Amino acid sequence: MSQNCIYSAADFKSDQEVKWCPGCGDHAVLSSMQGALAQIATEDGVPREKFTVVSGIGCSSRFPYYVKTYGFHGIHGRAAAIATGVKTANPSLNVWVATGDGDSLAIGGNHFIHAVRRNIDLTMMLFNNEIYGLTKGQYSPTTKLGKVTKTSPFGTVEKPFKPGELCIGAGGTFFARSVDAEVALTRELLVAGARHRGMAVVEALVNCVIFNDKTHALFAGDKATRAENTILLKHGEKMIFGAARDKGLVFDGGQLKVVAADDPRVLVHDAHAADPMVHFLLAGMAWPEYPVALGIIRQVEAPTYDGEVARQVAEQQAAASRISDVDGLLGSGATWVM
Amino acid sequence: MSTQQIKHLSDVVVRFSGDSGDGMQLTGTLFSDAAAVLGNGISTFPDFPAEIRAPQGTVAGVSGFQVHLGNSRMATPGDFCDALVAMNPAALKANAKWLKRDATVILDGDSLNEKELRKAGFATDDPIAELGLAGYNVVAPNITSMTREAVEGLGCDVKSATKCKNMFALGICFYLYNKPMEHTFEYIERKFGKKDPVIAEANVRALKAGYNYSANTHIFANTYDIAPAADLAAGTYRTINGNQATAWGFIAASQKSGRPLFCGSYPITPATVILEELAKRRDLGVKTVQAEDEIAGICTSIGAAFAGSLAVTTTSGPGLSLKSEAMGLAVMTELPLVVVDVQRGGPSTGLPTKTEQSDLLQALYGRNGEAPMVVIAASTPSDCFHYAFWAGKIALERMTPVLLLTDGFIANGSEPWRVPAMKDYPEIKAPVVESVEGDFFCYDRDPETAARSWAIPGTPALEHRIGGLEKDKRRGSVSHDPQNHQTMTEMRAEKVARVAGVIPVQEVVGDPEGDLLVVGWGGTRGHLQSAVEKMRAEGKRVSLCHFNWINPLPRGVEEIFSRFGRIVVCELNMGQFAGYLRMNFPGVAFAQYNKVQGLPFTVDELVGHFDSLLKQD
Repeated sequence: MSQNCIYSAADFKSDQEVKWCPGCGDHAVLSSMQGALAQIATEDGVPREKFTVVSGIGCSSRFPYYVKTYGFHGIHGRAAAIATGVKTANPSLNVWVATGDGDSLAIGGNHFIHAVRRNIDLTMMLFNNEIYGLTKGQYSPTTKLGKVTKTSPFGTVEKPFKPGELCIGAGGTFFARSVDAEVALTRELLVAGARHRGMAVVEALVNCVIFNDKTHALFAGDKATRAENTILLKHGEKMIFGAARDKGLVFDGGQLKVVAADDPRVLVHDAHAADPMVHFLLAGMAWPEYPVALGIIRQVEAPTYDGEVARQVAEQQAAASRISDVDGLLGSGATWVM
Repeated sequence: MSTQQIKHLSDVVVRFSGDSGDGMQLTGTLFSDAAAVLGNGISTFPDFPAEIRAPQGTVAGVSGFQVHLGNSRMATPGDFCDALVAMNPAALKANAKWLKRDATVILDGDSLNEKELRKAGFATDDPIAELGLAGYNVVAPNITSMTREAVEGLGCDVKSATKCKNMFALGICFYLYNKPMEHTFEYIERKFGKKDPVIAEANVRALKAGYNYSANTHIFANTYDIAPAADLAAGTYRTINGNQATAWGFIAASQKSGRPLFCGSYPITPATVILEELAKRRDLGVKTVQAEDEIAGICTSIGAAFAGSLAVTTTSGPGLSLKSEAMGLAVMTELPLVVVDVQRGGPSTGLPTKTEQSDLLQALYGRNGEAPMVVIAASTPSDCFHYAFWAGKIALERMTPVLLLTDGFIANGSEPWRVPAMKDYPEIKAPVVESVEGDFFCYDRDPETAARSWAIPGTPALEHRIGGLEKDKRRGSVSHDPQNHQTMTEMRAEKVARVAGVIPVQEVVGDPEGDLLVVGWGGTRGHLQSAVEKMRAEGKRVSLCHFNWINPLPRGVEEIFSRFGRIVVCELNMGQFAGYLRMNFPGVAFAQYNKVQGLPFTVDELVGHFDSLLKQD
């Protein structure tokens, strides 16, 4: 295929029947993702065969079956590790990870933080529904404190992770957040994440209509609620939100604070700031004290793991003293003839 | 004093021992290399504690290195030693049990002080008497103080000067066995020459001082000479240990197949050196990922295999446990992956630096579901190259994960190896597809090997999806169909079983029939073969049937078993292979000989046991 092909979302729909529950937020993200793939394929000249989608286990991890690309449905928690192998082995592939809050923040927490730390060039869609759906309703590492679930009949007694804090704390170079209903925003963030050189984590707040319905509804249930209770961050723009765009964010006393939009101290979003402090605070904002931050919270440049490995290979292969084949290797160092 | 003579011997065993920090592994290696370069057959056995620097002066902290050198190929590092170098009383105490009756003991006289003797747990000031070594040839030159004197004036601090005492001891041994020092001079120059000329000079001086001291004082009544091995074929040789050979075997398989080599791994004793060796070889295009854990080690490798690499992951017992689920994923996705398990004493953390063969059943069965894998076991340091190559070849050509078993003994042990030429190794052809007529079915199989088609991401029009859920027998899509699961389960087993068609027919060392058949597998080969050959030389009707191919078993085994009066299966575990053989050959009676002491067999104990079995007839 040439680089001039024009793709549509339909080109990335597989022939497999999508088996998520009716009303599940994952449908919307799938639609955003297929649109994002078509956009990248068309605009960036990435032919379809270069895309590889890797997943772990959970509802969202069925994702690869529904996308017409190379796909690998792994085992619970290990998607980031499998994808690390795919990308390191073949950096020319455009590698995506589909994973959930249980998959990547509980059983796969170790792989998540290390993939972020290494800054391997992956685009991770982190579906956060704050529940274990596929096993039918147990609490996850992002479930709100006190929530009654099947395994917490008296309410959870553990504080949840905020994926953005974890990502930025692990040295992440790209973190963005969307909600399932904002199909266009999710698509835009996925495109930006894929174009980012390094590990891009895009958290999608998704609704589990069966086991954790409306978990995000209080701040994201409909358009009006979202306008009032979330803030869409854009690099270089003032941090203003509210249905009437009447509120803003300032930095005051070592923390963020909601003030009137006309406050002269209202911050301008710098997603590219090397210092992650403000990004960390933005990622951690929780409703109702704060608006929930959407958009690209952090995006900074850094060498990628796969790029550095490839650089070392190229350098060593260009070295004058290189060993060039196995016979050379076997005869290297101390040998003697009998 | 000119009565000193050179005595000619066929073989000797020398054991170097000292504190973990005394450099005994290096000293032993340098001695072995010097002998090997001169054409001796050698076999080495490093025997060290798990701690990097265990408490100084204690028996627990003693590190040992044994080398067997002789005028023929040496199959084992020897049971008992002719000479023991003990750098302190603890080393003497820990190793006295390995002395031959008339052995020479070289002790550092400076270490025979109250403090060191108490730390080693001696009750008196006479460790020789306490250990009952009165009749032995014990010499106790003041190695530490003479080393310090030898390097005086170079400007070394006391610590650096004292560190050279292993070179002094090595010099004594070179004199005792009439070995030249040139090889070690070259090593010192390579290692320190440019970086630290003072340290280089100090080491050279200490080495020479030890040699000259022995010559001048006639400390030994005789010195010894071991002629070069006559049975080593002509060619270029090098010394190699099992871990290095394993790493290089994979590189060879990668080159022959044209598939890039990828190793995702996590450091674990005694397997780590394989990862280290591979990490050096960026010049050969090898990519390594030191993963965050054992699971990520194998999972990165599975990802790399999906992306078109020959993928390997390396570990030891506890790590193999952690990799179990992912091995099942590799079975299900039918990707070319080699898992290396360098076995050590278990269970749990067990004996990290000691050898054992107790992971066999885990290798064969340690996965959920019906998850057969090809299982291969290497049996000497150098044949790790051969079996790593074949593990890669089978994984690639059959599209199956392969488990390669080695163990701490052969992984750390070394021997001279006649360097092979890659032109003599077979081709490797992976079933890569680049285009198809019509629809692509990723689980369509080669009619002969049953390997599925390998479409590598990046190949136009062959996009497909695979994973850990049961796969439709052609398309690779998820299938919960009952008959499909039955078919796929049988097909995965059949694919592994068909490997028996390409591996060598089982061989026997010795006559094809007799009174006793000794059966072993993996790293015990040297000891078993030595015992069998020794008994055959005495006219006994004993043969050896040693296995490298564990699953599937080679052809011809039942026929071999039927020709012997008695069969004894010898393993460094409690009888795992014996049980496996009973399952495969239910009509055959197998006796067992088992040992789990973290140590190899000794030829002595094997011969004793086999003799007692023969007497029972």
